[in-house]
Amino acid sequence: MSKSFSAIGQAAQGEEIDREAFTPGIEPQATWCPGCGDFSVLKALKGAMPEVGRTPDETLLVTGIGCSGKLNSYFESYGMHSIHGRSLPIARAAKLANPGLEVIAAGGDGDGYGIGGNHFMHTARENHDMTYIVFNNEIFGLTKGQTSPTSPKGHESKTQPHGSAKDPIRPLSLALTSGASYIARTAAVNPRQATEILTEAIEHDGFAHVDFLTQCPTWNKDAKQYVPYTDVQDSEEFDFDVHDRQEAAEMMHETEDKLYEGEVLTGRFYIDEERRSYGEEKRSTGEMPEEPLAERYFDAEADWERSYDLLDAHK
Amino acid sequence: MTGEELIWRIAGGSGDGIDSTSQNFTKALMRTGLDVFTHRHYPSRIRGGHTYVEVRAADHAVKSRGDGYDFLLALGDSFARNPQDGEAYYGNEEVKPLSENLDELREGGVIVYDEGLLDTDEVEDFDERVEENDWHVYPLDLRSLAREHGREIMRNTAGVAATAALIDMDTGIFEELMADTMSGEMLETNVEVLEEAHAEVSEMEFTHDLEVPTGSHDEEQVLLNGSHSVAYGAIDEGCRFIAGYPMTPWTDVFTIMTQHLPSIGGISEQVEDEIAAASLAIGASHAGVKAMSGSSGGGFALMSEPLGLAEMTETPIVLVEAMRAGPSTGMPTKPEQGDLEHILYTSQGDSNRVVFAPGTVAEAYEQSREAFRVAYEYQIPVVIVIDQKLSGELASVPASHFDREPNPDLGSVLSEEEIADAPHHASGTFNRFRHDPEDGVSPRSIPGQKDGRFLATGNEHTPQGHIEESPDNRVAQVDRRTRKLESIREDLDDKEHSNQTYYGPEDAEHGILVWGSQQGSVEEAVDRLNEQGESVKMLGVSDLMPYPKEDVTAFLESVDECLVVEMNITAQFRGLTQKELGRFGEKMSSLLKYNGNPFEPAEVVEGFDIQVNGGDEPPTAQTRIEPAAGD
Repeated sequence: MSKSFSAIGQAAQGEEIDREAFTPGIEPQATWCPGCGDFSVLKALKGAMPEVGRTPDETLLVTGIGCSGKLNSYFESYGMHSIHGRSLPIARAAKLANPGLEVIAAGGDGDGYGIGGNHFMHTARENHDMTYIVFNNEIFGLTKGQTSPTSPKGHESKTQPHGSAKDPIRPLSLALTSGASYIARTAAVNPRQATEILTEAIEHDGFAHVDFLTQCPTWNKDAKQYVPYTDVQDSEEFDFDVHDRQEAAEMMHETEDKLYEGEVLTGRFYIDEERRSYGEEKRSTGEMPEEPLAERYFDAEADWERSYDLLDAHK
Repeated sequence: MTGEELIWRIAGGSGDGIDSTSQNFTKALMRTGLDVFTHRHYPSRIRGGHTYVEVRAADHAVKSRGDGYDFLLALGDSFARNPQDGEAYYGNEEVKPLSENLDELREGGVIVYDEGLLDTDEVEDFDERVEENDWHVYPLDLRSLAREHGREIMRNTAGVAATAALIDMDTGIFEELMADTMSGEMLETNVEVLEEAHAEVSEMEFTHDLEVPTGSHDEEQVLLNGSHSVAYGAIDEGCRFIAGYPMTPWTDVFTIMTQHLPSIGGISEQVEDEIAAASLAIGASHAGVKAMSGSSGGGFALMSEPLGLAEMTETPIVLVEAMRAGPSTGMPTKPEQGDLEHILYTSQGDSNRVVFAPGTVAEAYEQSREAFRVAYEYQIPVVIVIDQKLSGELASVPASHFDREPNPDLGSVLSEEEIADAPHHASGTFNRFRHDPEDGVSPRSIPGQKDGRFLATGNEHTPQGHIEESPDNRVAQVDRRTRKLESIREDLDDKEHSNQTYYGPEDAEHGILVWGSQQGSVEEAVDRLNEQGESVKMLGVSDLMPYPKEDVTAFLESVDECLVVEMNITAQFRGLTQKELGRFGEKMSSLLKYNGNPFEPAEVVEGFDIQVNGGDEPPTAQTRIEPAAGD
């Protein structure tokens, strides 16, 4: 086979990467409203990539559907804009197939915590080595303002005209109980922290969940809903060990309660550097090859087993 | 037919080891030089409940179950009673291994039953029926025999030994087979049970004259089912990634792949649901690996959305749909061909996919390979349709059938050198979805390749992959994706060997059309009909999409009338044929069956008689004739 596959690892050979490398060369079809918090996610992600030292060629961004899914249009890398709620199963298979890729998944609160909730739980549980950014604006944006899984109780919309009777999802706590090994919350109004957190999340060896608070100026009229914010790591008021599961759980609980009382707490909430990623676990039990599987298809010298040699049990 | 063939049925309760015992017995018959074929009947239940496996062995090729059978080994349902309190726990099922099987036992047949568990007094009219049908009955206390020489659970072994003694088979072959799968005390005890029971029964006086036929193979045979064949075809085509969620009968393909993949450098993932499973296959394929997933009816329904994504993003995947009777969860362990229209048309929009339905165990291997070749060359989802019958039936196939070279080629993927020369957008990214390729295929790149960046999206998109709804782009992209199906049809037509199977005399007056797992039964029926002086031939259609219009048109033009045989009530395949060809409505009538059991050759023979020679009555209470549209 004459096919070749060499991009992965080229950055490690000293190539300079700047954030502009992640800007598409053509004008994307704009679908984000002026003032949308999603622009901040894009900016933070572009800022993080050079810090991580990855090139667009070795990055795969998988998104779901909705405004968040349009991230692909503005971010230059290999991309898969998939279907509502399904970014995670696609992303994690790509990572298993080629662990050399930097895999980032992104979705919205409806996409990630609603229709994709089951995948969120299981991807966190397996602790795949990838980053998952959830654009959390507490509303369905692209479908024009319906109540989302993170909308506050009592939220009125065309689909909940009497006010939502449901308590909102607690995404940080859900990620923790499901098994995510890096959990943080940042906000569009806090670009410096957002870039730092995304850098850490991408570098983290395991499933990194970032709940990214983004304002929706069109459907959640209060664009300043996440101001003022507090960085729990910078504040003397909060003293908890980010590596202690119990303390992290209590802190998350407090954070998730306070969000709906108008106090926005951001920062790192849980970091487990000990837990092995799913890929490592699978390699250690012999369930996964040591070398990236995808590369074997480009290796003309590779051995391919035949079923004929597996037939002994049938004779 | 006796003398040249033997049909043996082992019956008992689910969980009593009927499956493993029958597999060993089948293999033993194959090793003596016979062609073998099995038919499984089991309930959707873990333990208890009536189960049987029928093993047909002959000195000539066998393609389906036979009509009736010769030898019943009734082991009893050891789970029918709750051992704790002696009360009937699963209802009155304990005599079913005997009573449920008598209707199909041929005249002069042999019955061995475990008198340790079964009581013929509880079987209605047993003695009268034995006399009427000239059956030869051997009550044996298999349970005590097993207990005496080993353990009670080994009554299966005692039953096989009794069978061997009664039909004049040596025990050596069984000992070899046991040694393949057991060792130590387990092996020793089983061998002792086998030898003692064989010796004991051999000393008895026999009243029957049934014997195992003798045969010999020109070449080495292997015993396997349709699920093995699909899995081995995938492995040989370089598939090294599978994701799935358990569902009967798809689970067989999934577990066989899972058993092999890690040891040959592949990856298997059991995931949270079928939407995830198909999505994982897409993710792995997008990243440059040959990948598959699959399910059965209800699980496949969940894959409808990812199936569309694979088509729109032109990500190659292979999905297996192992049908069972529906709708909804239907009958989990019973075959039906009721999902055809679901498979052809599921997913929104003018969506396209390729659908292959192999007709035999051997074909399942070839068409599985073909599924991967087509998927990766044309960047399109391919569905392999099998059903509970084909997935679970064991058949002997020459080992040489699998002696082929592997093909791990990713198909229409470019090298980095080719990407550098390929049309690029001003941004330096790669024009992944060009409008112009004549065959519809725009070669792809794999994440990680230098400068091959593109966006794969389920939305309509430009050649660079960006979301775009302009009318001109839309038309160009839809046309190109649709062109692929035409290219695939031409590719399949140009091949030396068609996926369709022709059987019977070329100049026959009458035709039978069949698809999928019922092909073997129809082939046997065609033989019998021609022996009876009829003039019949068969076309087994395996390509369901793109439909082989030329093959089927030529076949239908060459016959006066045609019976379409399928396992559903709505004549889905006949409907497809009429839709695709737009004619022949007056020539085709249907023979339908949907009671959970596959066709027996005799039912096809009777159905044909009615179609050709007239009559209003259905051939049996369990099948149905649907007349031609012009009638």
